[in-house]
Amino acid sequence: MNSQFDIFKILIGSSTDSDFENKSVIIQGITGSFGSTHTRLMKTYGTNIAAGVTPGKGGSKFEDIPVYNTMEDATKSTGAVISGIFVPAPFFYNAAKEAIDNGIKLLVAIPEHVPVIDSIKVYEYAKKQGARMIGPNTPGVIVPKIMKVGIMPAQPFTEGNTVVFSRSGTLMYEVSFHLSKSGYGQRLALGIGGDPINGTNLIDSFELIRDRDDVDSIVVVGEIGGDAEEQLADHIIKTNFSKPVIAYIAGRSAPKEKRMGHAGAIVYGNYGSAESKIAHYLKANVPVAKSPREIPILLKEQLKR
Amino acid sequence: MRLLEYQGKELFNQFGIKTPTSFLASNINDAKKGAQYLGYPFVLKSQLTVGGRGKAGAIQKCKDPSEFESKFNELLNKEVKGELPRGILLEKMVDISKELYLSIFLNRSKRCFSIIASSEGGIDIEQTEKKVIQDIFIDGISLELANDISHKLNISDDSKNSFVNLLLNLFKLVIEKEAELAEINPLAILSDGTLIALDAKVIIDDNSLFRHEELKIYLYMSELEKQASKNGFSFVELDGDIAIIGNGAGLVMSTLDMVSDANGKAGSFLDFGGKATSETIYKALEVISKLPKIKAILVNLFGGIVRTDLVAQGILDAYKNNIINVPVFARISGAQSEKAKQMLYGGKAKLFDTVEEAINAVVLNVNTN
Repeated sequence: MNSQFDIFKILIGSSTDSDFENKSVIIQGITGSFGSTHTRLMKTYGTNIAAGVTPGKGGSKFEDIPVYNTMEDATKSTGAVISGIFVPAPFFYNAAKEAIDNGIKLLVAIPEHVPVIDSIKVYEYAKKQGARMIGPNTPGVIVPKIMKVGIMPAQPFTEGNTVVFSRSGTLMYEVSFHLSKSGYGQRLALGIGGDPINGTNLIDSFELIRDRDDVDSIVVVGEIGGDAEEQLADHIIKTNFSKPVIAYIAGRSAPKEKRMGHAGAIVYGNYGSAESKIAHYLKANVPVAKSPREIPILLKEQLKR
Repeated sequence: MRLLEYQGKELFNQFGIKTPTSFLASNINDAKKGAQYLGYPFVLKSQLTVGGRGKAGAIQKCKDPSEFESKFNELLNKEVKGELPRGILLEKMVDISKELYLSIFLNRSKRCFSIIASSEGGIDIEQTEKKVIQDIFIDGISLELANDISHKLNISDDSKNSFVNLLLNLFKLVIEKEAELAEINPLAILSDGTLIALDAKVIIDDNSLFRHEELKIYLYMSELEKQASKNGFSFVELDGDIAIIGNGAGLVMSTLDMVSDANGKAGSFLDFGGKATSETIYKALEVISKLPKIKAILVNLFGGIVRTDLVAQGILDAYKNNIINVPVFARISGAQSEKAKQMLYGGKAKLFDTVEEAINAVVLNVNTN
């Protein structure tokens, strides 16, 4: 774990920076159908997409954004340390490594279906080089009203002091929508990713906001599979995490040994079961909502204490 | 992709890990040839992807020809946890002096691979305290580490080298074939000191298959799963009568839970991913239409870029072309929802503002009809 890592400093910076709330982002795979659609949407939202990379398309422009052949060229001309990776899964490893080799400190890894061995390799390499990966198979990260790197729609999110961490994309939108409707805006919403291996897991995520005064509560959206929730609950107890936390777990009624859409959403025996996760959360005094709609209700109760 | 035992053993053999002599048969004529080839006694083992074969009676000893045919046919037609075997493995019995447990698995929370080994084999590894757990880096297992594990398991000098080699080979298999799990339970030490894998449980990372042409022969999908996969959908068939369709795995799982809480029974899980168009919903309904048990369909879509009217059009097209005739209950959060409501007005598909309302309506419909 890299506790020095300050995601807010990277995504928005401090008020004395000349590029405060306007940090440069590079999109790898900018001219692909997926990359181009979401580059437009990110730009509209206010993200400073400073450059894009597509091998063979260097020298061209997309929506007035310069496109380069390599990450070396793109980082040299922009100084960006954030990259949104939109390349197809088979090309992910090389794209991620190229980004880290050229000074990228935050990789937002969008593609689904990345082989786990590639994810482990990128995770280890990033750690060695002082970089951080979010994802893969993540909708990305959004600081409402300021910027987003990812594929999430803008509408569900409003600014505020809650933080949403989610293993599922659409549930992150759905939960944020319910929070926003009840007046709980978000300082940050971050998709952990639906894969078995996450560059930034739930514990890492909690460490990102532990000491922040502008965050007053956390909503953590989990699902069946693995033991990330169990580990997080133990971590909350062990480290006396003091901010109010509300949890949700999708897949309570799913059958065992069936992969429920996400590569990581599979229960073997008791390992990965919702019962195990809920029991751990309750031990850590974390209320578990039965549906997305119930989350703001539970949050209200917690914040009153 | 969970491999069958015989497929896992094929991989073991490719990596120099010994397995008992065996013969795979899926009908009695082949099986007779196998019996002749092996000679009695031998073991009959159902080839299934679900666990708990032994307890379910899907592994049986066969002493002589008098019981062979009846036992073989019994196993071939025996369902375990709803699954019929894809063949029966006839396997020669071996002279075992000791059984061990050995596995290498993807350790999700530690983000590495880990070895679990135990000097007790053939047991449920979660239930034993006597085990060694060792995290490993993907660049390899050192000889020193392998020796250390052998020492901790009290493996005798006769078998030490075989164990160390086997462990290194198993790791090589995990990395080269991109397995999330390779488990040998039990791993037998024979009376002559050699090691042999009596069972094989191997799970391959589905996402790595694009670079493993050689493993694609092991891919096994029902016709419906094939059709869903061709369209890029995640699809799981379930026991109930309400089909659930949505965009995003988490959202569909969450919908499943809410349906179950409302006393409904989900009959299928279908996540069609990011793109919600008239074409994707139409294709999803085509998949669902192949399940005769489905009495109603629940659609739950959420996302800023969902065009509700396009989805409504896809549903109307599916009715018009007689793809489906059961009612659709939909909650579609997105643009143009008033227009979509008008389009669906008076038909078999109904649009609701919240997923809770849609669920209450679908459960009421199914439970009263």
